[in-house]
Amino acid sequence: MIGFQYSHASTVADAVRLMSNNPGAKFVAGGTNLVDLMKVDVERPTRLIDVSKLPLDRIEEAAGGGVRIGALVRNADIAYHPLIERRYPMLSSALLSGASQQLRNMASAGGNLLQRTRCAYFYDITMPCNKRNAGSGCSAIDGLNRMNAILGTSDACIAVHPSDMCVALAVLEAKVHVTSPRGDRVIAFADFHRLPGNTPQRETDLNPDELVTAIELPPRGFATNHTYLKIRDRLSYAFALVSVAVGLELDGGSITEARFALGGVAHKPWRNAQAEAALRGQAASEATFARAADLVVSDARGFGHNTFKIDLARRAMIRALSQAARGTPQSQSNKKIA
Amino acid sequence: MTENQDASSPSRHPTRRDVVAGGTMLPIAMSMSSGAVAQSVSGNDAPSTVSVNLTVNGTRHALALDPRTTLLDLLREQLDLTGTKKGCDQGQCGACTVLIDGRRVVSCLTLAVMKEGASITTIEGLARDGVLHPLQQAFIDHDAFQCGYCTSGQICSAAGLIAEGKAKTADEIRELMSGNICRCGAYPNIVAAIQQAMGQS
Repeated sequence: MIGFQYSHASTVADAVRLMSNNPGAKFVAGGTNLVDLMKVDVERPTRLIDVSKLPLDRIEEAAGGGVRIGALVRNADIAYHPLIERRYPMLSSALLSGASQQLRNMASAGGNLLQRTRCAYFYDITMPCNKRNAGSGCSAIDGLNRMNAILGTSDACIAVHPSDMCVALAVLEAKVHVTSPRGDRVIAFADFHRLPGNTPQRETDLNPDELVTAIELPPRGFATNHTYLKIRDRLSYAFALVSVAVGLELDGGSITEARFALGGVAHKPWRNAQAEAALRGQAASEATFARAADLVVSDARGFGHNTFKIDLARRAMIRALSQAARGTPQSQSNKKIA
Repeated sequence: MTENQDASSPSRHPTRRDVVAGGTMLPIAMSMSSGAVAQSVSGNDAPSTVSVNLTVNGTRHALALDPRTTLLDLLREQLDLTGTKKGCDQGQCGACTVLIDGRRVVSCLTLAVMKEGASITTIEGLARDGVLHPLQQAFIDHDAFQCGYCTSGQICSAAGLIAEGKAKTADEIRELMSGNICRCGAYPNIVAAIQQAMGQS
């Protein structure tokens, strides 16, 4: 880890002012990803601006019927908050499927959004990686790519976004509140993360001097028909090979509203508007779910080691849509897949 | 280590050998001089030190730290509390689990300077007046370890788990203890020990 200066921010204005005055600085809150990356010299900030004690640590009802999660609320505290458990159980479930309780006790909501990929080549500073060193090439495309992306890839990068929380936030169509010396703005969740394209080093719509202050959940929570199904190499404390968050609304046996997103398959939580449209107005049957899943994977491309993910994703989508339609969401402690 | 080297190193800390030979953990509260912490890790210019006050197992420490110092390295290398173990040092194994203000965290990814005013409990701080913590006794009763390297982290993590109150069943204990890896595979006995400590067995 290279040496860095340390500043403690006491107000939000103080934090963004410090950032404006210190190019090369990074905000730090939980530190679970940033400190790890600093140890292997992937991240080399000249200064850390500690925002962990800013008053952004509350979950409260928002005007308009939604819920506002402060950017510094710890992942565990989101998952177990009564408002989230009751109204957005898919989000609780996704959070509890990720990392370990120790890490969930540390990691902040804002930091979860800004997690970097766990692509092995991104972590290995001796190897080319366009995300870490723009223009150096992608080692994963012809390398060990079992964990890598099958959707939305580019010739520059096939890394995946590692978050579980963000997959649920994509389905919930959350809004990300950010601030900077230029003022506040709100970013729709679908626009927050980017596909790699030719600039995989730019992962989000955030500008370098912007600080995430809150995540706003709209009122629609899919509390009755939802699931978060995560398929991984071991039953707990592992990143997703494929995960699926689903929110359905049903009228009798017919689907009136359908949203689903995939994790572990792309550079951002993956939604497909055409596939969701194919569910609306249809009977909640396995045949309907299979048609939607086929639409999603019709765009998929494997790179050798990860080609199995295409069929795995298809089956996981059908299973997850069935779980949500039945109202039997995947348990995150009893791992038998219903 | 020779007598001469001892004499030439006025800030020498007890080594692991001293601790084992002495059969006890030496309680040391020291105020770090800047000279003791300005050792450059990577050859870069050493950053200025940052003052931080921490309470560790009930003892207050006023420290001046290189901001790179993880809580894990602070505990082991400067406060001589070597019960907390360094396994992977990258947040993947749980061996370094401690309690900060009662919540379990991994100390390897915690920068000590970010914990101003915090109260930290390590494995050395769980016993009271010479009586083992119920989890420590349960781990002995159930033979819940083999090599023992993960055990401090397992016990601190289990203390956090019990305080959280979210785990009732064996499945839930296994899931919420998944951040603590045991390469000897003592998991069934670890779950049994935690159940005993929870008053379930």
